[in-house]
Formats: sequence, C-alpha cells, structure tokens
Amino acid sequence: MNRLLLLGDEAIAQAGIDAGISGVYAYPGTPSTEITEYILASKEAREKNIIASWTTNEKTAMEAALGMSYAGKRAMVCMKHVGLNVAADPFINSAITGANGGLIVLAADDPSMHSSQNEQDSRFYGKFAMIPMLEPSNQQEAYDMVIYGFDLSEKFKIPVLLRITTRLAHSRAGVVLNGKREQNKVGLPENYRRFILLPAIARRQYKQLLEQQAAYEDEALKSSFNQYIDGPDKSKGIITCGLGLNYLYENYPDRNVPFPVLKIGQYPVPTEMVRKLYNECESILVLEDGYPFLEEMLRGLLNHGKQINGRMDGTVPRDGELNPNIVAVALGMKDEWGNPIPEIVAPRPPSLCKGCPHIFSYNALNEAIAEFGKGRVFADIGCYALGALQPYDAISSCVDMGASITMAKGAADAGLVPAVAVIGDSTFTHSGMTGLLDAVIDNSPITVLVLDNATTAMTGGQPSSASGKIEDVCLALGVEKEHIHVINPIPKNHEENMNIMKKELLYKGVSVIIPRRECIVTATKRLKEKRKVK
Amino acid sequence: MKKDIILAGVGGQGILSIAATIGLAAVDMGLHLKQAEVHGMSQRGGDVQSNLRISDKEIASDLIPKGKADIIISVEPMESLRYLPMLSPEGWLITNTTPYINIPNYPPMEKVMEEIEKLPHQVALDADKIAKDLGSGRSANMVILGAASPFLDIPVENLEKAITKLFTPKGEEVVDVNIKCFRAGREVSENNS
Repeated sequence: MNRLLLLGDEAIAQAGIDAGISGVYAYPGTPSTEITEYILASKEAREKNIIASWTTNEKTAMEAALGMSYAGKRAMVCMKHVGLNVAADPFINSAITGANGGLIVLAADDPSMHSSQNEQDSRFYGKFAMIPMLEPSNQQEAYDMVIYGFDLSEKFKIPVLLRITTRLAHSRAGVVLNGKREQNKVGLPENYRRFILLPAIARRQYKQLLEQQAAYEDEALKSSFNQYIDGPDKSKGIITCGLGLNYLYENYPDRNVPFPVLKIGQYPVPTEMVRKLYNECESILVLEDGYPFLEEMLRGLLNHGKQINGRMDGTVPRDGELNPNIVAVALGMKDEWGNPIPEIVAPRPPSLCKGCPHIFSYNALNEAIAEFGKGRVFADIGCYALGALQPYDAISSCVDMGASITMAKGAADAGLVPAVAVIGDSTFTHSGMTGLLDAVIDNSPITVLVLDNATTAMTGGQPSSASGKIEDVCLALGVEKEHIHVINPIPKNHEENMNIMKKELLYKGVSVIIPRRECIVTATKRLKEKRKVK
Repeated sequence: MKKDIILAGVGGQGILSIAATIGLAAVDMGLHLKQAEVHGMSQRGGDVQSNLRISDKEIASDLIPKGKADIIISVEPMESLRYLPMLSPEGWLITNTTPYINIPNYPPMEKVMEEIEKLPHQVALDADKIAKDLGSGRSANMVILGAASPFLDIPVENLEKAITKLFTPKGEEVVDVNIKCFRAGREVSENNS
C-alpha cells in the first residue's frame, strides 16, 4: 500500500497522474496553485510526457483542456474560484459540446477570503452548467474523486466539476494511492459536429444535456460519496457538504453522532436521499462550506415546510468558512475558548518584502502624482495590491485581473485626468492587453505602469507569460514608441523615474511605463540555487 | 494519544520545518496526522500559523477547535499570544523571546513578556541567542522544537531521527548543528518545567 502525506492539492495532482491525464492546464491562483506545481515537479509526470502548462489565463487553460478532451485524451484544468469567472464562457459551453476524453475542471474556492477578493461558491457554476459535480470532505476523497471523476466524465461524455476549498487544498493528511491507468490514445469524438455550437446543433445538444440530468442524479444517488448515516435521535437531521462532515464529527467523540446524517459529496443533489432525511426528522440542519447552496434549494422560495437551520437563519454565520466551533454552536453545544488575545497584540498584515521593486515604483509614483491628489491610481491583482497599505497608501482600487487599465480608461473618459493604472507583468498578459487596446483606440489619457518583476510573484514565482514581450505587445497594440519607457526601480533612480512619470501624467494619450526589476524573492532563490550548483 | 499543536510565527520564519519534523516523526510511528497550512498572500511578512494534529485515532477536522489546543509553539513572542484563544486551560505555550519587528506598532517587549509570564504553563527562551551561540543563527526553530519536545509525547529519538532525515540533503554539518540546537532547547524545558 502506497501511503503519502499530501496536501489536498497534491492529492488531486497525484490522482490526475494516476488517472492517466495527458495534460494539466492552469493559471496560478491561491489555493489551487500547488496542483500544477506538483505535476510540474513530478518525475513520474515527466516520464509519462504529461503536459503541465501555466497558461496566460484561465480561459485559455479551459479551452486547451477542452481541445485535449476533444482529441480523446484526459485533461485537467485548475483554477481558483474567481478564475472560473474568467473561464466561464468555455466552461458553460463545454457542457453543451460535452467531452470526449475525460475532462475535470477543478475550482478552488476561498471561503473567509484568505487570499481572495470574494468567497463565491463554485457549486453554483456546476449547477449553472448542469454538469455533475464532486466535492471531497478529505484528502483521500480528493484523490478518489479525481479517479472516479474521469470515469464519470468518460461514461457520460461530459466535463465534471471538482470543487474544493482552501482548508482542504492547503491541509496535509495521509493518502492511499490506488489507481494506475494508461493515458488514452488520440481519437476523434464519434460525432465531432457536437463541438460546432451553431444554433441548430447547440439546440440539439442542449436538449440532450437536459435529458441527461436524471441520469446524473441517479449516478449521485448510487455514489459512495453520498451517504445516509442513520442515527437514533430524529429530532434533527443533518446534511453536510464537503468539510462540514469533519467539523460535525469533531464534536462527537468516536464520531457517534446521535442524529441521522446525510453526507453529500456528489451533485446533482440526490433528491431521494434528501427526502428520506426530511421525512424521518423533525428539523434539518445544513452544514456547508460556502454559500447556502443546498439550504436555499431545500427551503425553496416560500419555506413553509419543516424547520430548516443553517446559514440563512443565522444558526451558522452567513459568511466565512466553517470550523468545529461554529458547528458546536449550531448543535447547541458549549463553545469554550481559551484566554482572549491580549490587547497589546498588534495586527501584522502582509507587506511588500524588504527590497521589493514595487516599493520604489510606488515611492516614485506617490511623489509624481502628489500635486493631483489621491484617488487616481487603479491597481490590480498581485503583490502590488499591498500598495494599499501604509506607508504607501498608493492605490485606490483592486477589483479583478486586468481591471486597472480599463477602470483607469473609464475614469479618464469621465474626466478624471490624469488616471493611472498599475498592473503586474503576468496580470497584464492575463487580462490587461485587451483593455490597453481599448484605451489606444479611444486615445484615452491614461498612464499605465506595468510592474515587471519577471514572475507571477504572489502565488510563489511561476513563470510569467509576459516575460520579454511587454514593449513589443504595447507597440503592436498601438502605444506610441516615445511614450513607452522602461525604468529600473531602485532608490538611486528615484528622481529620474519620478520625472518620467510626471511627464507622462501630463500626456493626453496612452503612455506605458515599465519599471523592470526581478522579484526579490525569486532573485534570492535563483542566486541560492546557483551557489548550490557551484 | 492525541496532540493538537498550533505553530505560530511570521511568514518566512520557518514554522513549516518544525511542522515537517514533527510530522515525519509522527508518520514514522504510524500515527495519524492532519496539518493545515497558510499559503498565499499572508506569507509576505504577515502572521502565519499552522494547525498540526497528531493522534493514534483517525482525525476528523483539519482545524483544531478553539480552546482545545495542547501546545502553542511559537518562533516569535507576540505571535505566541495571538493564538491564546486556541489553547486549552491545561495547554502549554512554548515561545521564542526574540521579537521579529516589521510593524511600527510592535508593543514594548516587557509588556509582551508580562503577558507570557501570566500563563500557568509556559516556556520562554531566547532561541535566536542559543542557536547563534551554537554557530547557526538560522536554527532557532530547532531550539524551539527542542523546548517543545518534552510535551509532544513523541520519543526524543524519533524526533532526532526526523531532524536527521530532513536535513541530510543539506549535509552532515547542518544535521549536527540542528541536533545540537534541538538538544539545547530541550534542556531549557527540562530545567524549567
């Protein structure tokens, strides 16, 4: 028996390898990054010629995975929850085309927003696309569900959504490996015209998807990931999704829960199992990590059935991830904490690293823009969002990948001139280029800082698709050559850099300034490895 | 046997190698383990913690319930206090006394020590100094692990074996100094508690 200590993310990655994937496509995003990193580092994956690729964004990743599935091979595509917004177009449509080779879409949600801008629940996407969905309660299930998920995907010729949350993604436990299968050979779909979503074909395909719903639910009903665990006390029936089960068990020594429990790990929700619990119990408690997805369905609009407790009535807090204490309170148990945090303990937020190039870019920008006042710098997703904190207090927005350039454009169009966009190199190629083209076409008076640290820093230093291409991309999109500047963000160049920014802030068109210096973390790591080689 | 351990520090201080050592020893002994880590943005100089749970029975939750932790192991004194709500009334706090000051409003050290000393079960030691005196300033985390070791219910040989295994890729010298640091930390606890 091969038992390894793996993060939830790593269990999924190893399962992908064991399930015979031919490729994994992903854009880095906490808490999903470690899946692709594991496959990239795996000797076994290399020997099997598995393609492991950091793509430009989640949409390109999803499409590449769909293409691999079309060609008959198994593919996995991994992203954080908000990445699925970017990939939503191909994702939803892949339910209409269906899959050929097995296709698993992995979405890693971040309830409590440990490293994200919202806590959206990807299960709504699964329901929206009307595809089967899996949600593990522990690392072993995460592994098993990938193996099973590919079978499910190939059985029904449909993509399968695997939904995890941060806590599972970044927690380690023993995992038994039990699957080893060969990769598929290249093979066209029996009817490849189903991938041509012209209305006449799409209508037919969509009807088929609708017809399949009952079969997906039947599959969930038979699935070992959904379990009805009976209990003697019928005053309450408990439904758990994902990690909810663990927090429930934590509150009962030896897992002796007196109430009947319905554990859900596979969707669509098996109505029959829910009905049984509902009929046998006086009230229902729903424990799910994320939005009240199942609870809302259970209540319905009018909610005039039995008493249902969960996030919507305050039995469980409406936001944030679950934990054993929240579940104890929901069960009416005593919840005794240790001593309170002493008042002297100060918050210690994350901060830009000592020597980080962004520090010097912000110092120059703050001085250059001072005469125009605050509120004109639209930033983006990356380490440089920490420019919001003291002592920089340098930015006024951070919304979604690429929004810096387009929001600056909109604000400038409205008359907020000068308006500045601050975007990292990787974010620029992810979703910034199209917005820059918009600005060029309208000649919007914006100054764009592309902070080029030659890496995707915040997620741990994955290669950036932008490396070596930024000036050429800007030129090709139509930014004038004399308004593209590359500067070196070091203290010595402060005056010079500040003056370039000052000058471009006054220019009534699109200018791009590229402060370029390697991320201090990746630079340190690189030098360390170089020394080791010597 | 069950030990619920909170590891605390600041991003980049190496709490995960403490976790890895305990984890390795526990797995070698056939114990169950769950360890929740913090990745992502908070690693950039922010407060970080890890929930490490070991048990001879299967473990349900990845998170330790508040008020139930058996030990807080902290490589930074103020950070050790941040997790007091997690600690059970019988629990122990093992902490370094060398502060890591990367915020402008770090409280006065004597106030921090006052709070630590209020606790009925605690070991506070200057792990940075002990490690430096032994010739490896970077091994302060192994001093802290040593100080925590009498409270872990894991035989000292198993922990030393894990340290050896973990540091062997870095060379014999690194193994030796880390073992020395571990033993020095253990000695402090054995004399104090």
